[in-house]
Amino acid sequence: MRRWLRRARDLRVTLWTLIVPPTTWAAHFLFSYLWAAISCAKLGAWARFPTAFAIGTVAALLVIVIAGLIAWHQARTPGAPAPHDEGTEVDRLRFLAYSTLLLSGLSFIAVVFTAAPVIILSDCR
Amino acid sequence: MSLHAQDDPQLRKDQEARLRAVWKPPSGWFFRWTDVNNNRIGVWYTLTAFGFMLFAGVLALIMRTQLAVPDNDLVSANTFNQLFTLHGSMMMFLFAVPMFEAVSIILLPQLLGARDLPFPRLSAFGYWSFLLGGVFVGGSIFFNAAPDGGWFMYPPLTTRTDLSGIGADIWMLGLSFIEVSSVAAAVELIVGVLKCRPPGMRLNLMPLYAWYILVVAVMILFAFPPLIAGDLLFEMERLLGWPFFDASKGGDPLLWQHLFWIFGHPEVYIVFLPSIALFAMLIPTFAQRHLLGYPWIVLAAVGTAFLSFGLWVHHMFTTGLPKISLAFFSAASEAVAIPTGVQIFAFIATLWAGKVKWSVPLLYASGSLAIFVIGGLTGVMVAIAPFDWQAHDTYFIVAHLHYVLIGGTLLPLFGGLYYYWPLITGKTLSDRLGRIAFWIMFVGVNLTFFPMHLSGLEGMPRRVFTYPADLNIGWLNLASTLGSYLFASGVLVLVIDLMLSPTRKKAPRNPWNAGTLEWLAHPDDEDWGIRSVPLIESRYPIWDQKDFVAKVDEGRFFLPDAEEGRRETIITSVLDAKPVSVIRLGTPSVKPMMTAVALGAVFILTTYHLYLLAAFGGVATLGCVLWWLWDTAAIPEKHEKPIGHGIDLPLYIAGPAAPGWWAMFITMMADATAFSGLVFGYYFYWTIHPNFGADFAGPGTYWPMVALLLSLASWVATVAAREVHSRGAVSPARALLVVGALAAIASLGAGLRSLDGLDPQANVYPAIVWVLVIWTVIHAAIGAIMQSYTVARSLAGRMTPAYDADLRNITVYQHFFALTALIAYLTAGLFPEAGL
Repeated sequence: MRRWLRRARDLRVTLWTLIVPPTTWAAHFLFSYLWAAISCAKLGAWARFPTAFAIGTVAALLVIVIAGLIAWHQARTPGAPAPHDEGTEVDRLRFLAYSTLLLSGLSFIAVVFTAAPVIILSDCR
Repeated sequence: MSLHAQDDPQLRKDQEARLRAVWKPPSGWFFRWTDVNNNRIGVWYTLTAFGFMLFAGVLALIMRTQLAVPDNDLVSANTFNQLFTLHGSMMMFLFAVPMFEAVSIILLPQLLGARDLPFPRLSAFGYWSFLLGGVFVGGSIFFNAAPDGGWFMYPPLTTRTDLSGIGADIWMLGLSFIEVSSVAAAVELIVGVLKCRPPGMRLNLMPLYAWYILVVAVMILFAFPPLIAGDLLFEMERLLGWPFFDASKGGDPLLWQHLFWIFGHPEVYIVFLPSIALFAMLIPTFAQRHLLGYPWIVLAAVGTAFLSFGLWVHHMFTTGLPKISLAFFSAASEAVAIPTGVQIFAFIATLWAGKVKWSVPLLYASGSLAIFVIGGLTGVMVAIAPFDWQAHDTYFIVAHLHYVLIGGTLLPLFGGLYYYWPLITGKTLSDRLGRIAFWIMFVGVNLTFFPMHLSGLEGMPRRVFTYPADLNIGWLNLASTLGSYLFASGVLVLVIDLMLSPTRKKAPRNPWNAGTLEWLAHPDDEDWGIRSVPLIESRYPIWDQKDFVAKVDEGRFFLPDAEEGRRETIITSVLDAKPVSVIRLGTPSVKPMMTAVALGAVFILTTYHLYLLAAFGGVATLGCVLWWLWDTAAIPEKHEKPIGHGIDLPLYIAGPAAPGWWAMFITMMADATAFSGLVFGYYFYWTIHPNFGADFAGPGTYWPMVALLLSLASWVATVAAREVHSRGAVSPARALLVVGALAAIASLGAGLRSLDGLDPQANVYPAIVWVLVIWTVIHAAIGAIMQSYTVARSLAGRMTPAYDADLRNITVYQHFFALTALIAYLTAGLFPEAGL
């Protein structure tokens, strides 16, 4: 566990890690859509508790929270105060980390938005 | 006293003379059109897109005149159909998207302090494709042959050749051709932003416009290919009778709607974000302070881009999809309001915190935000499914979308026009005429489109050529028509202002006192882009860096010279913009234009069913592309060159650091997205048909698996060739490439063999199998051509173990080809046949 934490700390945010939270939202969205389309088309309706959907949603939220935590940690790397507009490695890192953190927040809300209809509607009609 | 070499005025003069000679544009009545300098191509591109906008605007005026009074008969129903279809299609495909690319092609090199973008010839190719395709599609209305099925071309009305004329083919093939140019420009812009930034311009110092361009170009890459896939299916149905959208043979018109709107919704944000990006440049200038919330704007751009892909079904709320699916898309549609709101608040906060100068560009910016917000609020209304069921396909939607597009795209562009005109022409536009034009347009827009909310709620459907007097909406329509003429007269004032511009005197340099790099441009601009590539230390270097402008002008930064007589720019690393290489840029050439003409022939001749001639066009296109490529990635005369300040950079790079590698990677992302559109089609049919794959013969398992193994063999051979080649074993590498090409050709044969006995006209199942397999075998053929080309390069001495960009680039292609083959053959051979 501790080794993982250290490894996560060593991980540096880049353009690729910046898009991890919204990509997770996209994957969850696609999964939700396909899961609903296939279960409605092939089973007609789902009367049972949608276990697969719940697992998918929790997994997506977890990934987003972890990405956000790593970003939060890196956004607090010591250096000059915001707005991180200096041409140093630290400022670039903190800028990317802060943007990733913001995107995690947005993605978290968007995943919750997507999950809400399943809880409220719970059928295919 | 400084001992810097640049202190010598004679040296600077000689450098300038050399740069001027290298960047000299071609002259002569024909050859000046072979120019490839992005500064010039961008201006042609912008003017052409502006011309198409005026044309499409005139079409709208004719429509509004027809609708001014009830039971009018100015134009026939048929003409009216052509008018609204062409108006929508031209505004989207020939104005909004190309305009963004055109403006970016002009601005980006200057914003990034680059001599030029990495592939100037690709921009030229994109421009000529756009011009040819645009004239072809737009001109069709003069022959009564314009498309008439609405800008979204819903089947089955448009796929049945007895119900629609050649216009549908013109739309599909003409616009597919233009999409090629859009993707080409997207590749240029993405690689430009990632790799051509000046040294020191780390990601956190990048101008926000560049962030938006990066995001939007990536969106184009994922949004346009599904439409290209849809176009392919559509034309297969129209020209060959393969029933993809024909419900009587197992097809489904809804698949078209899915593929269209997967493109169509992100499209709205593709045209909205770049216009908003102009605000991010001009608002700090007129607030005279740094923009507040830089990471928040990046969040807004990236967040909007992602969420906009989860909205497409909100155009399909009334098609009878399960309510739960509708709810997902309703939720995403609401969520996208969050990042959109964030960026608007960041702009307002910056203005609030700064000392505002109320200039014309800022007037346009604030006016357009007001209009956009109204459109955004009605957008939240129609994102709620039950409201949409009421308002769907009424004039309420027409009002909503025009508020969004005029407030979010058109007026910001006009603001940008006033802001950037001095940059491009060296002259300012009239402050007085600008304000007059703005107020006329502002009143005109509201008078035109606000009443449409009401006429829509009163029950006026879209796309009707007239309406009865009893509906009692005549006065609302009359108001809209008067408004449209008012709006058009505002545009006319703006056009007059532009026409008067050449008579005005030159503006001072950087007339708005802006802080960003592009304002280094001089009123009497030179073709070389920038005198020396600067070292960036801040987001607003002109404001913050001491003696910045003078240093650039005196060539005190990097690459101030062109000793070898070659056009060059600096390539830097993606995250921190550390200089990695100098690349040689393409020079004026007739090749891009010829390639565009040859490719245009393929699309245009196919429209008229001249298949043999179209095939010749295809061969000519291939020939042109190979001829064009042969000169690229040339081995330089020396390994390194100095760029000043004691830094030596290599003149050749290969692999992930090189722009060519990125271009290949990005193009293949687009290709893979188009393919996933087709795969989506396959599984879509499976979800809606209980007996999919059971009632008609399939390809079996044997031949698809053979084709798959051969395809994978071709991939393995290429990867192995790259590895042994990099270790110096040239002959074994060539042999492996030949083996790879032979395996690819064999896989092509096996793939075609698997289609034996499948009649694609009988049912959608064999038809979609045909499409998946044909897509894959064409890619096998292209792979074989690439492998043979690389062998030829090696034999000609144009590729060696130290200079192996060709081999590294085709390996990227092969990775994607292997993935395509894997998905296509496993799907066709095992699913649903193997009982899955």
